[in-house]
Amino acid sequence: MLQIYCPHCRETREEEEFSYAGEAHIQRPLDPAALNDREWGDYLFFRKNPRGLHHEMWNHSAGCRRYFNVTRNTVSYEILESYFTGDQPTVKAESL
Amino acid sequence: MMQVNRLHAGGRVDRSKPISFEFDGRTLQGYQGDTLASALLANGVSTVGRSFKYGRRRGIVGHGAEEPNAIVQLGTGSSTVPNLRATQVELYHGLQAFSVGGWPSAEFDAFGFFKNLFGSLTPPGFYYKTFMWPARFWMTYEHFIRKAAGLGAAPVEADPDIYDKLNQHTDVLVVGGGAAGIMAALQAGKSGARVILADEQNELGGSLLATNWTIDGKTAGQWLAERVQQLADMPNVQLLPRSTVFGYYDQNFLTIAERRTDHLGITANSAVKNEEQTHGVSRQRIHRVRASRVILATGAIERPLVFANNDLPGVMVASSVKNYLVRFGVVPGHKLVLTTSNDSAYATAIEWHKASKRAVEVVAIVDSRRGVDSAPVQQARELGIRVIEGSAVIEALGRSRVSAALVAPLSDDGKKVAGKAERIFCDTIASSGGWSPVIHLSSHTGAKPKWSEQVIGFLPGASVQKERSVGGANGARYLRQCFEQGIEAGAEAAVLAGFEGAELGAVPSTDESEEAQAQALFLVPHTKVSSRAPKQFVDYQLDVTAASIQLAAREGYQSVEHAKRYTAMGFGTDQGKLGNINGMAILADELKQTIAETGTTIFRPSYTPTTFGAIAGRDVADLFDPERYTAMHRWHCAQGAVFEDVGQWKRPRYFPQPVGSGVESMLDAVNRECLAVRNSVGILDASTLGKIDIQGPDAAEFINRMYSNAYMKLAVGKCRYGLMLKEDGMIFDDGVTARLGENHYLMFTTTGGAAGVLAWLELWQQTEWPELQVFFTSVTDHWTTATVTGPNARKVIEKVCSDIDLSGDAFQFMDWRDGQVAGIKARVFRISFTGELSYEVNVPAHFGQTVWEQLIAAGAEFGITPYGTEAMHVLRAEKGFIIVGQDTDGSMTPGDMNMDWVVGKTKHFSFLGERSLSRSDTTRAMRKQLVGLKPLQPERVLPEGAQIVNDPNEAIPMAMQGHVTSSYYSAYLGHSFALAVVKGGLSRMGETIYCPLADGTTVAAEIVSSVFVDPKGERQNV
Repeated sequence: MLQIYCPHCRETREEEEFSYAGEAHIQRPLDPAALNDREWGDYLFFRKNPRGLHHEMWNHSAGCRRYFNVTRNTVSYEILESYFTGDQPTVKAESL
Repeated sequence: MMQVNRLHAGGRVDRSKPISFEFDGRTLQGYQGDTLASALLANGVSTVGRSFKYGRRRGIVGHGAEEPNAIVQLGTGSSTVPNLRATQVELYHGLQAFSVGGWPSAEFDAFGFFKNLFGSLTPPGFYYKTFMWPARFWMTYEHFIRKAAGLGAAPVEADPDIYDKLNQHTDVLVVGGGAAGIMAALQAGKSGARVILADEQNELGGSLLATNWTIDGKTAGQWLAERVQQLADMPNVQLLPRSTVFGYYDQNFLTIAERRTDHLGITANSAVKNEEQTHGVSRQRIHRVRASRVILATGAIERPLVFANNDLPGVMVASSVKNYLVRFGVVPGHKLVLTTSNDSAYATAIEWHKASKRAVEVVAIVDSRRGVDSAPVQQARELGIRVIEGSAVIEALGRSRVSAALVAPLSDDGKKVAGKAERIFCDTIASSGGWSPVIHLSSHTGAKPKWSEQVIGFLPGASVQKERSVGGANGARYLRQCFEQGIEAGAEAAVLAGFEGAELGAVPSTDESEEAQAQALFLVPHTKVSSRAPKQFVDYQLDVTAASIQLAAREGYQSVEHAKRYTAMGFGTDQGKLGNINGMAILADELKQTIAETGTTIFRPSYTPTTFGAIAGRDVADLFDPERYTAMHRWHCAQGAVFEDVGQWKRPRYFPQPVGSGVESMLDAVNRECLAVRNSVGILDASTLGKIDIQGPDAAEFINRMYSNAYMKLAVGKCRYGLMLKEDGMIFDDGVTARLGENHYLMFTTTGGAAGVLAWLELWQQTEWPELQVFFTSVTDHWTTATVTGPNARKVIEKVCSDIDLSGDAFQFMDWRDGQVAGIKARVFRISFTGELSYEVNVPAHFGQTVWEQLIAAGAEFGITPYGTEAMHVLRAEKGFIIVGQDTDGSMTPGDMNMDWVVGKTKHFSFLGERSLSRSDTTRAMRKQLVGLKPLQPERVLPEGAQIVNDPNEAIPMAMQGHVTSSYYSAYLGHSFALAVVKGGLSRMGETIYCPLADGTTVAAEIVSSVFVDPKGERQNV
């Protein structure tokens, strides 16, 4: 069970209050029609799934209901930081 | 029966408080302070169970969580608890215990003969190798194997007891209240930190409860009592005896199972009532603890030596024998032979020697080492005890209990028998192969255990969480090391938790003597090789022998994890606490590699079995999941509605009417309700539909991006049905959205999808398009919805609503209006899920029931009929209206549902999922498409989920063409009908397909349009 810092509430809360929302920093293509099937498929289905640092979205679903990003080590489950959607992390995964 | 093995004095039992209890139907007596195990030993009970695989007699070998044999079931009926270790069950008046191995009893095992006869023929993997074929017999075999194996029985009735969970935050959690844990808690407590000290036993002290060393010049008992009092006096220290820390999870989250009333025998339906009984106290509770720092002071467990027939009752672990002597005043036999590879076990023989009881004597100490002249050895010799050097007990002899030990000299490396064996008569063999630190909780965190040649055991690996292991768990051999490490760790934890360190406490002094180096001895050799010698047990609980581990290695199971799974070593409820290290060492030896290279298996929660009651806590029965009721719920109940669960909602499924002395069947009720809607008017409680209020200057743009169809031009006062797709183009939800004002919309979602849709809207607004100004509020519970539907619907509404022009021209299909209904401010929507003229009347929830009742009264002259979800399903299916999640399954596009009319072709923004609708997979031919099915036998209702084939005589496996998604009988049509998804179905109208059913029959059906009633929509558009 993780403890997660919500940057909107400015509090560290139990994982039970949050829901995971997938990999962060994936931008929706501005013109989907311009993409071929492979490119669109990459956006749709392919995720980094790294061993190590991962930037991911969480929703404070039983709290403020805001989304934000978390940098988490997928091996140790250590959370390095929480930051606002649209911001860049201070510790970057190699894959970012 | 007398307590034949009880000493006249000594121990921590209260001889003035006798307790009678039952074991396998025999009434026995023990004392207050006994465990079930110590009381059984006091009574001379040596067989307490039968082994899992071979049905061999087994006795008590240990004294704590490590006990593999004495597994008992307590009580009967609803409060029965299986799978308890007799060594951890406190004795109470009227305790009823049953051995779980052996049928009909441990003493007389009907299967024992069979199992012994075939014992030599059951190598590892036996059950799989033998009973795998023929597969259909496995269930028969399993029934008998389980009965014979005796794993205990779960109660079949509901548990009458209360269980609780509570959350705690603490600065320092100390696990284990022995020498190290007590000093750690004291030191941390002095600094002012909040401390929890949890210990699994009924009293703190750990090994101090059974030691005769003096501490600071006092007896261990005296010293302990003073320290415990000191702790109890600290308001910032919480002492939790009878509390097992059973799991260590991420970010210093630990779970503790506290047993609060088990030891009193107070269960809700127990015949025994105790003065301490307090109503409302939970039987057990789980503390969910978040700790800044954790100190693991979990001690060490002594390893038995592995020799032939080492499972005979009377063979015990040396420290356990000492424990029964010192703590409980029980001497579990008369003539003791101690076989050891180290000094610490000598204390057991010395205590046995001191026991003042007739005919109790130490026959011999057999030490595998040579030339050891340390203090314990000298002391034994001075007491006149025969010490046999360089030797070991290589075999236990006896039938139902040990009657002699076969002692032989060993080679220097301990691998071979190096001389003639001597038979020594005795009834008890205590053995010690050294100490295994209890690294289980450290392992839970993912710390990789490391082998220590000096300790001859695995030590906790480098910490990955904010924890530190101390004392026996950290390989400490002497009490003074435990004290020292405890004090240091307590001070360190307090500082790291943010407290100013208190002055370091003095390390208590002891009169412990120095010990000589122990010998690593994991398998005592026999004159025969292991595969020929009598069985040498490594894991008692699952009957794993040294020979079976060697065989596993020879059969190619070289990884310790594979060997574990093949032999089942460590798979029991004891997780191999006693035998695992011996087993790994035997495997390493067979593989000719070091133990460090071989490694250890990983321990996982729970440390000891935890009851489901405690894990569930109060989240059972009515409190298992919230139930949601609509404003009209009481009315539905009064009408005798039969409810169905839709998510958390209770929705009326149908309203059975009285017929004769009973009520009509569901089919009759549904037929009646459907015909009422088609022929006159019906009323449905549709309050559970999700409702999201959407406002903001960019609301229109946002909604337009979320739905597959166009919303930009929807006029105020109008509604539109929309499909919501995931980015992969698959239907995710559907519903109507109404424009309430220029920047104000109300979105209806499916009942089950409401929460998911809201999260979906928020996700896109917050993470992708934060520039769009739009806000969402769930208003599902704020509004009550009554749907009045049928040809006479307008006539009903007219009677209760005068301020809306209800004429078909003024208030059209897919319009909505504000007005007063039954005197209450309402929003009325002309949307229809039945295909009939419909008004969905929305009023604030508090007025729900009164408006509902007035609509019913107004409709009385037309025979207005309340209908439930079952009729709703039939009515919508007759119209070919889909239910997301029933007719779709996450792999259906709008095109698959024949709903391309809901997909905007010229939207200015690429709505969610649009691009995916032109992927090669979504555009391929022969996708499954929604069609209607008309069974050729008009009374036959196809089961939902039925598979569809083209040719019922095709060879198996047949080519599946699709499946039935919705299927009903239609009273209105006079025949059964179904919706189905069929490959290329839309171009196969008029063809006959077949559904081969599980009962062996086949139903033929014609593919028809999915719209069975009013294909042109004339009935709803009036």
